[in-house]
Amino acid sequence: MENEGKLLAGALVTLGLATAALVVLPYIQVRDIQPPEDLKPYTSAELRGRSVYVANGCMYCHSQQPRDRNFGPDAERGWGRASVPADYVYDRPHQLGSMRTGPDLFNIGVRQPSKDWQLGHLYQPRAYVPGSIMPSYPYLFEVKDSAETGDEVIRLPPGFGPPGKVVVALPEALDLVKYLQALKHDYPVLPAEPQVVAGPAP
Amino acid sequence: MDSAILSLLGAFLLSVIGLFVFIWSLRKGLLVENPRAASVIFARGELGRVDDPALKATAQAAMQAAAREPGDAPHAPDPGEVAQRIAADRSTAVPVFMFIALACLWLLLGSLAGLTASLKLHMPDWLVHEAWQTFGRMRTLHLTAIFYGWITNASLAIILWLLPRLLRTTLAGTWWVLLGGVLINMAVASALFAIASGWTDGMEYLEMPWQIGIFLVAGLACIIGPVLYTLANRQVESLYVTIWYHVAALLWITLLFIVAKLPGVHFGVQQATTNWWYGHNVLGLWFTPVGVGAIYYFLPKIIARPIRSYNLSILGFWTLAFFYAQVGGHHLVGGPIPGWLVTLSIVQSMMMIIPVAAFAINMSGTLWGRMHLARWSPTLRFMLFGGLMYVLASLQGSFEALRAINQVTHFTHFTVAHAHLGAYGFVTMVLFGAIYFMLPRILQWEWPYPRLISLQFWLAAGGILIYFISLTLGGWRQGQAMLDASRPFMESVTLTVPYLQWRSVGGALMLSSHLIFVGHVLAMLLRLGPQRTGAALFAQPRGLELTRGE
Repeated sequence: MENEGKLLAGALVTLGLATAALVVLPYIQVRDIQPPEDLKPYTSAELRGRSVYVANGCMYCHSQQPRDRNFGPDAERGWGRASVPADYVYDRPHQLGSMRTGPDLFNIGVRQPSKDWQLGHLYQPRAYVPGSIMPSYPYLFEVKDSAETGDEVIRLPPGFGPPGKVVVALPEALDLVKYLQALKHDYPVLPAEPQVVAGPAP
Repeated sequence: MDSAILSLLGAFLLSVIGLFVFIWSLRKGLLVENPRAASVIFARGELGRVDDPALKATAQAAMQAAAREPGDAPHAPDPGEVAQRIAADRSTAVPVFMFIALACLWLLLGSLAGLTASLKLHMPDWLVHEAWQTFGRMRTLHLTAIFYGWITNASLAIILWLLPRLLRTTLAGTWWVLLGGVLINMAVASALFAIASGWTDGMEYLEMPWQIGIFLVAGLACIIGPVLYTLANRQVESLYVTIWYHVAALLWITLLFIVAKLPGVHFGVQQATTNWWYGHNVLGLWFTPVGVGAIYYFLPKIIARPIRSYNLSILGFWTLAFFYAQVGGHHLVGGPIPGWLVTLSIVQSMMMIIPVAAFAINMSGTLWGRMHLARWSPTLRFMLFGGLMYVLASLQGSFEALRAINQVTHFTHFTVAHAHLGAYGFVTMVLFGAIYFMLPRILQWEWPYPRLISLQFWLAAGGILIYFISLTLGGWRQGQAMLDASRPFMESVTLTVPYLQWRSVGGALMLSSHLIFVGHVLAMLLRLGPQRTGAALFAQPRGLELTRGE
């Protein structure tokens, strides 16, 4: 092999083929997808919360893609029905994730709608889930001697708050919880396109 | 139409095309071996002379004695061609040194961040009061510093150092290359600050904000220009396989990054497929070709024997280029993306066995009867370890893509272990070996403490093995627990903790090996260490090259 032209052309063609298959075709296929009627665009508070989710890398431990029943017990765990492309039309950047160090969050708003629980759990996960390895997020909160007007004081199980003080949620924490509460994809959708062989080959 | 008929038709068409390719390759003489092209890495008369600049002259002589085969006659390499190579090395010394020095810096920072992130997974209330220290950011700092800082800089060093050597010319446009290096490293530094402060594009491997990414692309473009110009003005007829891998890899990473980063285009699931198209290609079309290309040069050069089959290496190149580019969809098995795309990626993942087998067969053929030289040559040890891990990691990856296995391993630490087997066991070990080979030539000074090279090898190898084995076991058990609906989810979390602790032990060994490595580079730079022939050789590099049989 002695021709650098062949090298350059060949390298570009093989990459072009892959780009067509993995980037362009999916783009064409999902470009005109309509959002489901019951999927509302994010409010501005939820969008702010989403950016807190992105900035702190929640995605590295939490997926947002419940799988089909014959792929795993996602539905039994309360993570919801298998997701479809239309569920994600408002998502930029996508947060599908690749790890389940913690549970899937695509329907956390259905499973755990309580604001108090979410705030307390962000402040100290082990106050609610013994054995959890999720980091605590004290920097999303402020510890004060006493609450002022308009402060969102969080209620922690006894023994987990700083003694004699109150813990107040910062706006980032409140927005993040609004986003988590909005993660509800329990509306019906048309069945997903048939996955070629869903589940292990027979 | 029925899918069975379609696949039958597809298979038929494929066989006919395969038949034509076979006939064409016979006509072009591609099945006839081409030893001349394989020997282009040696100067005339140099075959049979082992070469490891990381060794002292006495150790080199011992290795030469061990490599001697019956019938070998003493001969000297052509002085003209050696002089050409010295000129090639001189032309790249400054930029290559810059890339290596910066790579060392990012290696230390990146592995420190990695160990911190690993510890945080089993010590969740440690270092939680500052946002930049949280797991989600620390992990990303680790990935960005290692991928774009350490591996990319060290890869560019190898590409630039080998290019003029293999083309028997000097590097053109050194200033452009230096500028490119500055831009790339400015981008890496800015990206780390951005991520630490919470400014991220929020996609795995692509966290670097696109505004900063512009500098990375500009830097790569500044390097591609001189590389292509040097390629066009080469003094050799035949392009060695390393050139194929390296030049293509440089183009690929640039295009991949541009397409994946196009702002405002990608959204939702399409963004996810693009994300993983990039995510796997940065391994498959950047790290892998750089690492494989480096092994194709350094390994035969050290043992002084051309690769067994040049044509097989080219087959490996084209099959890698074709199959590897399409495997990214296997990261979304079971996800909300079109089924055909996942199937395509799984098929191509299995097809990756072809280039890996081509590499494995070629390397074992080349090494046959010379494996024992690894006892003498530390560089060869790194290359052997890296090559073996490449084969293992790739085969593991092919099978991991199968739905039955992916169902268990997806979303678990198993995948993390696999990624580190590739990026560390293979790529990083090859990069270490290459730097041990290159730096004495660049600085014209010997490694001050050769024993540290062995120590570093064993710490790094031991570290990655502990890391890989513990996390593979833990990940598999985690996956099984998650699939069992009768076990609460928390069980899949708590059972991994001991494995995560072992991962930190492995990580600590790896970090300590990096401290030794970077310390050794610093010692060499400061001209420390026992007095040797070093000072004399600094004044007369040419003399050294000739006596060493370079």
